[in-house]
Amino acid sequence: MTAKKQISIENLSFEAALGELETIVRNMETGKAPLEDSIASYERGAALKKYCEKKLAEARSKIEKISISESGAVKTEPFGEQE
Amino acid sequence: MTTQSPSAASPSRTNVPELSVSELAFSLKRTLEETYGRVRVRGELGRVTVPKSGHMYADLKDNDAVLNAICWKGTLPRLSVKPEEGLEVICTGRVTTYPARSNYQLIIESMELAGEGALLKMLEERKKKLAAEGLFAPERKKSLPFLPEIIGVVTSPTGAVIRDIMHRLDERFPRRVLLWPVLVQGPGAAEQVAAAIRGFNGLQKPLRPDILIVARGGGSLEDLMPFNEEIVVRAAAECAIPIISAIGHETDVTLIDYAADRRAPTPTGAAEMAVPVRLDLIAQIHDDGLRLTKSVSRLFADLQNKLSARAAKLGDPARLLELKTQQIDHAAHKMTSLFERFLSRREARNGELAARLPHPRRLIDEKARLLSIRAESLARLGSKMEEEKKRHLDALSRTLESLSFKRVLDRGFAVVKDGNGKILTAAGQTEKGRKVRLNFKNDECVGATIDTDILPAKSV
Repeated sequence: MTAKKQISIENLSFEAALGELETIVRNMETGKAPLEDSIASYERGAALKKYCEKKLAEARSKIEKISISESGAVKTEPFGEQE
Repeated sequence: MTTQSPSAASPSRTNVPELSVSELAFSLKRTLEETYGRVRVRGELGRVTVPKSGHMYADLKDNDAVLNAICWKGTLPRLSVKPEEGLEVICTGRVTTYPARSNYQLIIESMELAGEGALLKMLEERKKKLAAEGLFAPERKKSLPFLPEIIGVVTSPTGAVIRDIMHRLDERFPRRVLLWPVLVQGPGAAEQVAAAIRGFNGLQKPLRPDILIVARGGGSLEDLMPFNEEIVVRAAAECAIPIISAIGHETDVTLIDYAADRRAPTPTGAAEMAVPVRLDLIAQIHDDGLRLTKSVSRLFADLQNKLSARAAKLGDPARLLELKTQQIDHAAHKMTSLFERFLSRREARNGELAARLPHPRRLIDEKARLLSIRAESLARLGSKMEEEKKRHLDALSRTLESLSFKRVLDRGFAVVKDGNGKILTAAGQTEKGRKVRLNFKNDECVGATIDTDILPAKSV
């Protein structure tokens, strides 16, 4: 678990962060870890929670249409549903 | 005709107008083209060839007849069925002739598979062929990302499919969606779908989607045909981005479903597979946070309890001290009494020894008595010794007087000394011209000068 702590949270995928948070919570609930480890785990857990919440907050719906210019370059443009 | 008798042939020859071969041939061509300007012909394809010109030549046949068929180069790519030998097809087109060869033929304008059975048979064979290449192998399947940032959708820009997908995404987890608009049925649809999949696969960040949905609403088997085309299946199999296919209704299975990483029953289902439910995750993370805090506070409470329990076991330090104090008192008491006993024993011994020790005054008295006795004897001896010494001294003085050189001087001798007062006892100790002193009795003294060298002994 200590080795895992080396990984910077910002580099984690949402899934990995969530998975680690769950693991930490389960481990903490067994209450077997020494005090120092528990505090470190708690801090890590709190940071992971914050990170996950941030990821979840970034939830905007946006739809764009791909269009290809004559030169073959791919562009996106706003997609408004006609009809 | 030339073998007929002139009499039998002549009436008809006069009644029937004479035509050139070309006139007849072109007349037939016109007649056929007018009569069969648009026909649908069902038959099995045979001898399909596409020479360099790019036009397709084939036979269309059934048990009893064969029809030459041609599909011009420009029409060929638009056919919804790829012509293959043995396919049961219905061709739509027009009949025309080739006057140079006395041939008539069908110009194919469109082609469809004849009956579902035939179509399914063809699909089954194509599926087997692609499966044999390993395009559907389970080990090729990629797992879907848990939470994609960008979702690429290949579908028609019009119609319900994109709306359904967006609607379900918004309900679950709104994401950025890139739509690659394509035709989803009819001529050119397969090429567009394949190009869209390849196009997405070729995109770089930040546009590159994390997941693709290839979707189409329900339709007839033929409507769905583009998603059975090899070009689409290969594009899906080669795509490095995970693909969810959602073609038609749940019961419709197209070949792209086998090549995709997941098959969704409907476009809505594809959206469900693509993203988790945001609110569930928020709840889960909230719950995790609570559990985390709870377990930490419980940990602290537990430790606090443990600490109190241990502290209680430690006991009252004053109590411990009392016991020790008592022990010290006891020891001190024991020590004092031992010491006292030791002291009294020593005192007793001292008394004993003291009793045996004579009093110093007695010793002093004794010594004083001895001293006075000695002093008396000393005084006696002293006076006696003085007289004796005096007598002795007188005698010695007289002897000394008699032996003194002065006595010799009395008798007429003199002492010769050199300038330094040193007594000369031999003539050799001086020489001619030296001053000497001559000492006579009563310390009288005169100076003299030696006026000769040493004289021979006889002359004295």
